[in-house]
Amino acid sequence: MTYLPHTEEDISEMLQVIGASSLDELFSGVPEDCRMAGGLKLPGPVTEWELNDMMAALAKTMAVAPEYKVFLGAGSYHHYIPATISYLLGRSEFSTSYTPYQPEISQGTLQAVFEYQTFVSLLLGMDVANASLYDGASALAEGLLMAARVNGLKKVALSSLIHPSYRQVVRTYLQPAGFEIIELPHTPEGRTELAGLKSLEGLGAVAVQSPNFVGCMEDLAAAADLAHSTGALLVASFTEPLAFGLYRSPGSLGADICCGEGQSFGIAQSYGGPGLGMFACLKRYVRSMPGRLVGRTEDRDGKPGFVLTLATREQHIRREKATSNICTNSGLCAVTAAMYMASLGGSGLRELARLNYDKSEYLKNELRKAGFGIPFSAPTFNEFVVELPAGSQAVYHRLLDRKMVAGLPLCSFYPGMDDRYLLCVTETRTKMDMDELVSRLKADYPVA
Amino acid sequence: MKEFAGSSGLVLNEPLLFDRGKRGRCGMSLPRRDVDHFPVDEELEGRGPDFPDLAETEVVRHYTRLSTWNFGVDTGMYPLGSCTMKYNPKTNEKQAALAGFAGAHPLLPEELSQGALKMMFELERFLAEITGMDAVSLQPAAGAQGELAGMLVFHAYHGSKGRRRSKIIVPDTAHGTNPASAALCGFSPVKVGSNDRGVLSVEAVAAAMDEDTAGIMVTNPNTLGFFEENIRGIVDIVHAKGGLVYADGANMNAVLGMVSMGDIGIDVLHLNLHKTFSTPHGGGGPGAGPLCVRKHLEPFLPTPRIVEEGGSYRLASDFPLSIGKLHAFHGNVGIMIRAYSYILSLGPELKRVSQLAVLNANYLKEKLKTILHLAYDRPCMHECVFSDKLQAPLKISTLDMVKRLIDYGFHPPTIYFPLVVPGAIMIEPTETECKEELDLFVEAFREIVKEAGENPELLHNAPWRPKVRRLDETSAARNPRLTCAGVINGERKS
Amino acid sequence: MKESSELVTPGDLRYTRDHEWARVEGDVIRIGVTDYAQDQLGDIVFVEVPKMGRKYAKGEECGALESVKAVAEVFMPVGGEIIAVNSALEGSPGLVNSAPYTDGWIAEVKPEDLSEMEGLMTPDAYLEMLRGLKE
Repeated sequence: MTYLPHTEEDISEMLQVIGASSLDELFSGVPEDCRMAGGLKLPGPVTEWELNDMMAALAKTMAVAPEYKVFLGAGSYHHYIPATISYLLGRSEFSTSYTPYQPEISQGTLQAVFEYQTFVSLLLGMDVANASLYDGASALAEGLLMAARVNGLKKVALSSLIHPSYRQVVRTYLQPAGFEIIELPHTPEGRTELAGLKSLEGLGAVAVQSPNFVGCMEDLAAAADLAHSTGALLVASFTEPLAFGLYRSPGSLGADICCGEGQSFGIAQSYGGPGLGMFACLKRYVRSMPGRLVGRTEDRDGKPGFVLTLATREQHIRREKATSNICTNSGLCAVTAAMYMASLGGSGLRELARLNYDKSEYLKNELRKAGFGIPFSAPTFNEFVVELPAGSQAVYHRLLDRKMVAGLPLCSFYPGMDDRYLLCVTETRTKMDMDELVSRLKADYPVA
Repeated sequence: MKEFAGSSGLVLNEPLLFDRGKRGRCGMSLPRRDVDHFPVDEELEGRGPDFPDLAETEVVRHYTRLSTWNFGVDTGMYPLGSCTMKYNPKTNEKQAALAGFAGAHPLLPEELSQGALKMMFELERFLAEITGMDAVSLQPAAGAQGELAGMLVFHAYHGSKGRRRSKIIVPDTAHGTNPASAALCGFSPVKVGSNDRGVLSVEAVAAAMDEDTAGIMVTNPNTLGFFEENIRGIVDIVHAKGGLVYADGANMNAVLGMVSMGDIGIDVLHLNLHKTFSTPHGGGGPGAGPLCVRKHLEPFLPTPRIVEEGGSYRLASDFPLSIGKLHAFHGNVGIMIRAYSYILSLGPELKRVSQLAVLNANYLKEKLKTILHLAYDRPCMHECVFSDKLQAPLKISTLDMVKRLIDYGFHPPTIYFPLVVPGAIMIEPTETECKEELDLFVEAFREIVKEAGENPELLHNAPWRPKVRRLDETSAARNPRLTCAGVINGERKS
Repeated sequence: MKESSELVTPGDLRYTRDHEWARVEGDVIRIGVTDYAQDQLGDIVFVEVPKMGRKYAKGEECGALESVKAVAEVFMPVGGEIIAVNSALEGSPGLVNSAPYTDGWIAEVKPEDLSEMEGLMTPDAYLEMLRGLKE
């Protein structure tokens, strides 16, 4: 095996130095009754040639572009990844290094993460961002745990228009710790119903996602005012950070903690992971923050450099009193996102965001013109819900046969949404793709 | 004298991205606009973030220069104890980048994602076979999330028996993630010390175990590099009081094909695909931390689970006792593909991985123990722990020695951990280092120890060769500067 | 780190096993951490001071000192209400290193029971304990 460099000669020389007669004898510290009986029953070993064929066969079964036209978003977005990103990520000095605990030989990772922290703070309109968490879902759970650390209140209100999986993850994280979770209903125009907040007492945090799961922009300023008036923090969640290239940032609207998914920024969809948990907050809460932070400093000669800092919050020092149990995060994905944001720049980000918006508005408009329902009236970014006439499941499957994935059926997520579909249009969908989708739908519903 | 890898050369400076660029540049090609502009809600519209505009060449040069200031496994030996910094096979990267995987949406209908589901289902079976456990969930995104999942299983299991338990036993050699994960589930950790052989004794666990204790978290082999030889007795004690046994699989690289964790009575175990199964650490992630359980705990695993029926695969969520979801989608699939490729590439030869990892560690232990103080002089598994005891009279610390190691071209070992060995130097060479490299590492330490006597300032001020020297961590923490230009509320202030 | 002979232990203070000191100033008790504690911890980068107005029991955790890579909890030498905290530590946590008994004080307590002072160690007893630790 090419990864194992030892020759038989090496092994016998080394055993001699150790004073052992065989490789098996090295395991004398493992009691007999703990030994595995028989060998491992695994396939292989396969050659690299065989592996290529096996993996290609598996990959071939997956419905991906350009063969398939996929109008799916819902927390994972198909954006174009420029060649520079994959090329730069191929620098194995980034990918094969460990967490930068030895700063003298990790300045590349440290500066890249420091810049990532800056990008994220600017994007979300916040003061401080951490070096990443796992994904948007666990970032939201951590955001709520953090809010409870800040104000000591274990009661949280979650918008029902937060990604359903995110809400499930929040429950997994919060329930054993004795949290009370209240779900806020939604309005007919596709926004969170905030009116109930006023009557809630002892609320520690209000969590709202914008753009929300049905694609609509929330009224974060109103949510912030209401949350603050009850003494709660506003935790703003998101799944599509590109929206802040067009719309006002959650921080500028009064959010205290912003957390969400950064996959859109140059990270391959990879069937859902790895993603990137983006996490930012106001500076006054930094000591309650989960995750790693990179800070700027100087070396002995006065040269600028970077180190991991405020580490006393973390598990390796504070153990059971740490602000989170997280250790390995999504470091390389954070660097990827920074490369992507650097490549776009401020002007490019704005233009790309606008393009996503305009394309999605185009499809929305065409569907409306064709007589299909657009049930939610609140402004959207690159996702929106369409309501098809009854019997839509059969139509959806016919489109699958034609290699079109016409969005996400919402029937399994919300009651009463049997014929509603969440459609996503990024810059990777062409006008031609959209026209084809509309004409196929029209063909399937001749009377619509 | 041998020639070491450490050398000097031209190191280029590179400013912060935010000190570069010019308005109007763009480093990325955008698609041609094929639709009209639509009006945007004026109240919601913003100005967009104040990012610098950079040309493609600026971006490429920036990150290429940054990369040269980093040290990775591909650069040189990286003997970080308990981190298993083995070589990351390149073919794994190629497989994960296949368009069918990399471009796949996680919510594709099941009939259009059979390849990924099959890969995940088979990886679960492989990991079950390797650990001797019965069922696996691939969802946890890293080791610590795997631990959390394990603790949630403990919590749910006791809950299903109608009881609440408030404590958990954690050895003093455990990683900090263990108590931190347990605390998230409301368990307060009870520390148990190791004996003079560096392992847990049955008596110590018996004294701590009671009916208010949910169970024990054991890292096996432990962070001193020893197999917990009393594990069967410990398992019996914990089970007798109704508790469960959790194994932190951070050090599984020592016992692949040698120990069946299921057979020795472990109830729950997490693995680190980014340690044992060769996926790259990425400068701090992403990793993956699959959770493995025995049959009686399978109903508690995270959902969705992957189910096979007549050769086709689907995601099933109908498990009422499940702890729930931990990840927005199915976990870090990109990492799973790499681990799957690795396991297929080695097959049953994985056992040899552990044999050679243990061979390398014992070889280093024998060679280095004449130079450094060995904390426990007995055969080790995949790692060995030394200390600075012999150098302390010279006022030379562990930190001084390992910083000097950088000048010789090696990444330092894990230091000052485990806490039970003052001034610990914890070395895990892994199986992918060849004998010549290990010999060179020993020679470097020999030189350093010599320098400690002859020229201690060389060590106190090391390293000399990297781009920067020792950094002022105190001022970094006293006056945190966490963004490039003093960002306040999303605005650049300078 | 300092040898035991280099450690300062002012005579007018009383000490705890956890390395806090207490000084009676009229009907108030001023508290802080000892020279030994700051020396062990190294450069202190952050001080979490007790909460103003809160009552703590003797021995209760009331704050923490952080260095770059360690955290040490501060425990109440005597029970009582916090009536003042040293706000200078917010901007200059290093005062605990440079002047642990003077400018680096941590809080002032209105004691519940002044006789709790008598349970604390004298400078000699504390030094004796430190010599034991240093061996």
